[in-house]
Amino acid sequence: MTLEAPVPVFDDEATEGRKLAIICSKGSLDMAYPGLVLANAALGEGIETHLFFTFWGFDIINKETMGHLAFTPVGNPATHMSPMLMGLPGMTSFATHMMKKQMEGLDVPDVPEFLELITDAGGHLWACQMSADMMHLEAADLYDRVEGIINAADFIELSDGAQIIFI
Amino acid sequence: MSLATIADQEVHVDEEGFLTEYDEWNEALARQLAANIGIELDDRHMEAIRFLRDDFESEGETATLRRVTTLSGIPTKELFQLFPKKPAKKLAYIAGLPKPTGCV
Repeated sequence: MTLEAPVPVFDDEATEGRKLAIICSKGSLDMAYPGLVLANAALGEGIETHLFFTFWGFDIINKETMGHLAFTPVGNPATHMSPMLMGLPGMTSFATHMMKKQMEGLDVPDVPEFLELITDAGGHLWACQMSADMMHLEAADLYDRVEGIINAADFIELSDGAQIIFI
Repeated sequence: MSLATIADQEVHVDEEGFLTEYDEWNEALARQLAANIGIELDDRHMEAIRFLRDDFESEGETATLRRVTTLSGIPTKELFQLFPKKPAKKLAYIAGLPKPTGCV
């Protein structure tokens, strides 16, 4: 008889209690996705995950804008194309359309569905108080699953012991 | 990849213990694999496992959690209850498939 098969270690004690806080400070489509993808991956690894939306990152959780984030090619070196060309009228909507199609092809959900997925997986969404004040927005203006509007000190407290990613 | 014993059956596994031969899997094995990681299989677990195996057979790769939810109709929340903490990896392990490689 051969040996008993090894059993994968899924609940590693070293990562027990690991916590991740992702600060989303940008609201363009190409800057929204990295935070969402990482949050989703962390949750799938059993890690407590918090997303804090601040400044332009507010567009990701603002009901008015969350479904229409754009990819702006102007001044974005990622396009590898002439800055003159990128400034042409209609370029932003064209580039946004292309990026959305690419994401869809990779089976990546759009932003609202992604937030639903993340919260279903147990992720926590927080909005920044100062950004809310600055943009004259209240809880009712934000995506329903945002747990609260909190200030900077609250976030520091909440992210105690967490690894922090700033995007 | 080496030969090892699970539930009195000889199967091929990788160094972590994931089955490497699609056709060596059966339900008795699945029960033992699940028990190894503290899960007792019920009908809902089996539904997810069967979906993953069928999908692997047609697609040639292990479905990500989102794909499982979208195509099998089992909600994300429930998958996290059925296979706590690391649902995608645990599901793949019990289904005798490799870990999913997709990001979302």
